[in-house]
Amino acid sequence: MIVYWLCFILFLVGLYGVITRRNLIKIAISLSIMEFSTFLFFALVGYFEGGVAPIVDPADPVKLYVDPLPQALVLTAIVIGLATTALLMAVIIRIYRKYGSLDIREIKNLRG
Amino acid sequence: MEIAISVITGFMIIGALYAIHARDLLSAVIACGIVGYSLVICFLLLKAPDLAIVQIVIETITLIIMVAVVLDSTREEKYQKFDRQGYFTAILSILIIVVLFYFMMNSVSSLDPFGEGKLRMAQSYVEGATEKTGSANLVTGVVFDFRGYDTLGEATVLVTAVLGVLTIMRIKGKK
Amino acid sequence: MTTIVKQTTKLIAGMIFMYGIYVIVHGHLTPGGGFAGGVIMAGSFILLILAYGSDFLKLLKEESGTTMYENLAMIVVLFLAVSGLLIGTHVFFLNWIPKGTVGHLVSAGILPLYNIFVGIEVAASIVTIFLALIIFKEEVSK
Repeated sequence: MIVYWLCFILFLVGLYGVITRRNLIKIAISLSIMEFSTFLFFALVGYFEGGVAPIVDPADPVKLYVDPLPQALVLTAIVIGLATTALLMAVIIRIYRKYGSLDIREIKNLRG
Repeated sequence: MEIAISVITGFMIIGALYAIHARDLLSAVIACGIVGYSLVICFLLLKAPDLAIVQIVIETITLIIMVAVVLDSTREEKYQKFDRQGYFTAILSILIIVVLFYFMMNSVSSLDPFGEGKLRMAQSYVEGATEKTGSANLVTGVVFDFRGYDTLGEATVLVTAVLGVLTIMRIKGKK
Repeated sequence: MTTIVKQTTKLIAGMIFMYGIYVIVHGHLTPGGGFAGGVIMAGSFILLILAYGSDFLKLLKEESGTTMYENLAMIVVLFLAVSGLLIGTHVFFLNWIPKGTVGHLVSAGILPLYNIFVGIEVAASIVTIFLALIIFKEEVSK
């Protein structure tokens, strides 16, 4: 049970970072930490004590496999995570070129 | 098993806290790498080799891109003085965390204890899956056969993200 | 980069590319598959670009090539998904090719084809993202 709580605390750390930090790169890092905690939670839910990795050996079938469904969902989500992080980084570079700062308060003051 | 994963998750929390509070942005990015690479070890312990292979390569590429961006812009984070807005966001984050804690308290009691769950939805995906799909790797069978719609959607999101990057990073128009 | 880095990269990059192809082709037998192998293949290209810098190839030409590969692979994946409808059944994502024996390299019907084209798509997208970031930096510094 304690693993679920630790995983939830990791999510909360990321959420705290997104709300309180004012630096854009810190916000991107916090978002990816939230992402990691979600992946970990999916993998934890699918694990069974004594289960083996979901690869079938046709000569020697095993009784208990780890749940393959959460793993399949997370597999695609990891690759999408890279693409969205790269998109965020592209936006950050353009903002830095335009305003010369990564602090969202200064960017807000410079508007208009 | 539960103790080992708890210890690694504790390391991940420490790395995440350091990444959020470090003044130097480069060390913050490296500390984010601690979290990602610890996740690889967790995946290996949780019997998910597919996820471990993907995560270790993706984490490396993400670190390369983030370090390049930090070196291209500034390394210093501006000092954040504690004004009225700072108090407001701190109170707001505590409120949101309390609300989420309440929901988590309710939902954890309905979860199975760690490692003792049962196959519910995936029962039909595991039983006789090799006859239905012909694939020895059950994850590939789920990704491309039982859950093909999901994979198609994720591939579309990937293409859209690439188009977004190309649109944002273009300075001169192509003819 | 120095000559040592360049020569070592020349030796290693091809092997990483071959390993990516291996992971993709054996995706229905061993851990891995289209997503993992595609990312590994993209890693070999990124290694080449980092070692040789902008003097290696004309990056702009490269970028239009990878964009084309990505979109073509996406179209082929869509076509494979629709192919179940084209042969007369009413099922989207139908595995209509004969499945063969479990554990052989040529088995699992249509799944290896999905693996190959999704692998090409993922590899091309990640290389395109990386090239776009590098081209932006080159254009700004000019």
